Amino acid sequence: MALATASGVEDICRKLGNDRTRLMDIIIGVQRRYGCVTHDSMEVIARAVGTERVEVESAVTFYSFLSVKPQGRVVIRLCNDLTDWMKGYDAVADAMAKELGVTMGETTADGAITLASTPCIGMSDQAPAALVNDVVVTHLTPERGREMIRDLRRHLDPPQLVTMVGDGNNAHPLVHAMVRNNIRRRGPVHFRDFESGKALTNALALGPEAVIKQITDARLRGRGGAGFPAGVKWASARATAAPRRWMICNADEGEPGTFKDRVLLTECPHQMIEGMTIAGYAVGCEQGIVYLRGEYRYLLAFLEHILQERRDQGLLGRDILGRKGFNFDIRIQLGAGAYICGEETALISSCEGLRGDPKNRPPFPSQSGYLGDPTVVNNVETFCATSRIMLEGAAWFAAMGSGRTTGTKVLSIAGDCRKPGVYEVPFGITPRELLEAAEADNPGAMLIGGPCRQMIGPDRFGGRICYDDLATGGSIIIFNRARNQLEIAERYLDFFIDESCGHCTPCRVGLVLLKKAVHKVVSGAGEPVDLDAMRALSHFISQTSRCGLGQAASNPVLGALENFTALYEGLVAERKPGLLSTFDLSSAVVDAELRVGRQSRYV
Amino acid sequence: MTRKPRIATVSLAGCFGCHMSLLDIDERILALAELVEFDRSPINDFKEFDGRCDIGLIEGGCCNEENVHVLEDFRKHCDLIVSLGDCAINGGIPAMRNHVPLRECLEEAYLRSPGVYNPGGVIPNAPELPLLLHRVYPCHEVVKVDVVIPGCPPSADAIFTSLLALVKREPVALAYANLKYD
Ligand SMILES: Cc1cc2nc3c(=O)[nH]c(=O)nc-3n(C[C@H](O)[C@H](O)[C@H](O)COP(=O)(O)O)c2cc1C
Ligand code: SF4
Ligand code: SF4
Ligand code: FES
Repeated sequence: MALATASGVEDICRKLGNDRTRLMDIIIGVQRRYGCVTHDSMEVIARAVGTERVEVESAVTFYSFLSVKPQGRVVIRLCNDLTDWMKGYDAVADAMAKELGVTMGETTADGAITLASTPCIGMSDQAPAALVNDVVVTHLTPERGREMIRDLRRHLDPPQLVTMVGDGNNAHPLVHAMVRNNIRRRGPVHFRDFESGKALTNALALGPEAVIKQITDARLRGRGGAGFPAGVKWASARATAAPRRWMICNADEGEPGTFKDRVLLTECPHQMIEGMTIAGYAVGCEQGIVYLRGEYRYLLAFLEHILQERRDQGLLGRDILGRKGFNFDIRIQLGAGAYICGEETALISSCEGLRGDPKNRPPFPSQSGYLGDPTVVNNVETFCATSRIMLEGAAWFAAMGSGRTTGTKVLSIAGDCRKPGVYEVPFGITPRELLEAAEADNPGAMLIGGPCRQMIGPDRFGGRICYDDLATGGSIIIFNRARNQLEIAERYLDFFIDESCGHCTPCRVGLVLLKKAVHKVVSGAGEPVDLDAMRALSHFISQTSRCGLGQAASNPVLGALENFTALYEGLVAERKPGLLSTFDLSSAVVDAELRVGRQSRYV
Repeated sequence: MTRKPRIATVSLAGCFGCHMSLLDIDERILALAELVEFDRSPINDFKEFDGRCDIGLIEGGCCNEENVHVLEDFRKHCDLIVSLGDCAINGGIPAMRNHVPLRECLEEAYLRSPGVYNPGGVIPNAPELPLLLHRVYPCHEVVKVDVVIPGCPPSADAIFTSLLALVKREPVALAYANLKYD
């Protein structure tokens, strides 16, 4: 890869207007062109956009897809998340590392190929999966991994790895991915006929306030996880006096085991963008941003194309559908590999060209968000549902679902089952029904809503998927009876430790301590007090962390302890008073023994 | 008459500041002496345990093999082990060396640092010197610890209040002022 030159870097900055707030695109651009963002490049960027080098550095070092040191021309990012691990990640990683002659995280000596691991890339239903630069490869086996590396060595051109394309728009020339949609169940809201423009026409006929009222009457709650009522959020942003407001679509989909937004973006992009446009109209925004996770970059050209198509059809841009003064356009902001950027205030930071640090709340984004303007952030699916509500009406929507949770939910189901994939189901469905539909084999536990939410055992398989019982942003992972829940919790702690932004000590440090405690118990060295200590530490971390990551990160541990109490009580035992089994004196003194040439008298 | 509760104390990798703070309870030490008996402790200069103890107060973490041995001995002899002060709890000042390899630490201390006069270039290695651990450990990474009293050092009030509660086998409840350090 070419070495970065000052003029080349300046060129990238200039193309983005030397705009400090577009720093994300600048550093992503430099990374892609030169394989790294060196300190020299940072100087150049800082000068061009009028900021300090450390500001640039703090952003570059925050995102895992960006690097100060050169990476290979081809970077293989193997998903090491739970479902991949369940489907044989270890063997695949091992085979690929051996074939390349490097260990995880290293680059081949010729600078051609880097092998790295990454958390969930949104392909849990076709795991083990990997990103090869922007290209997704799925259903890996050790043999296919080796083959892939032999091919790459020959051509160093990842797109050539796609020999067979997936179904639906995965086969679209601008996507051209081997990814499969695996839509197992279609419902009334998504994945069905959608005629562009109709929902928007209906919205314009209603007027902004009435649109918000429809959404409120439909009792549409956010589909990204937290379930906040969309109508309330929109009304609040609309009521905040400001010269500008922003509509942001959260397509960061980072919650491990969630991939339904990927399928919605692939198959329902018009429905999603139309929903955003309607929301923009209702709230009074002229500009929107789709925050697309870096892992989904393979969808970028396709989505850009859809946006252009809509501009050409008068559905985006100025005087939309001939309505004078109704202007709304959308840009796509790419992420660069940071789970925390799915949290809405971190997402806003990232759009502003900063590290993806969450912000303090209040003020809430609907009062002061992107660049200090009132901002609405909603999930992909929330916008898709918006379009459908404009077509079918609030009463139609509110008639589906369960209790306070109306409508349907698109679930991503993965793990130990024969039919992983995307299911649109009415809210209120039971986990047991899902297990049957997905043909789970011998299920022992389910993770509902990803590691942020809860791990349930068979006693709760009869519960209901809704905000009053088992809430989920879409992720459902099934575990068979042979899996150890606490070991799973330990793996997820690794994930949260890696992804913590580091701002709060309880999250940054506490999670490491919690992981040690869990490891102690899992490895059989625990005592009964360790279980209490784990509970206390978990609560402490969630009560004292600033954002949802720290507040939720101990949930897998608490869930495992709560739902599988007997299992863990069986793992711990009172020990004889003395040294802890986790402390090893001989390894602690070996340095000194070698240094002074005598043996410890206590070992 | 029932036996008085027994307390043992020790300073491992600490500066004795925590013990000084214990003495800072001033005349309350008389009240304490009424309530308890001291087993091995620098306060009475007894070096060995005399019997089973209710409470073992530990100042400092473990920086060498002997600290480990003593701490293990405390754990075996005491019902409750109390980490007293930040060094016992976190490793504290001695743990600042944890980021530097042991060999570099020794060379810096005995050979290289300004003001060192060591013409023979000898790093002390008499057989009676305990071997250093590769890093300093807080007590709870070596043995099970039941109670912690934070502070560098914990205030005399914090220590006295805690001891009174522990002797009576009551939960320790320290006032906010005893836990506020700035
Ligand atoms: C750590 C963390 C990660 C999150 N990741 C996502 C995500 O990937 N996608 C998403 O839509 N919401 C995510 N959220 C929730 C967002 O903060 C926000 O609530 C949501 O985007 C609002 O949209 P909704 O109301 O339509 O769900 C995340 C929250 C937290 C705390
Ligand atoms: S809780 Fe964790 S991720 Fe959230 S702001 Fe604090 S340190 Fe960052
Ligand atoms: S905690 Fe403070 S006073 Fe106590 S031993 Fe350590 S440095 Fe000394
Ligand atoms: S793609 Fe690997 S767990 Fe989701």
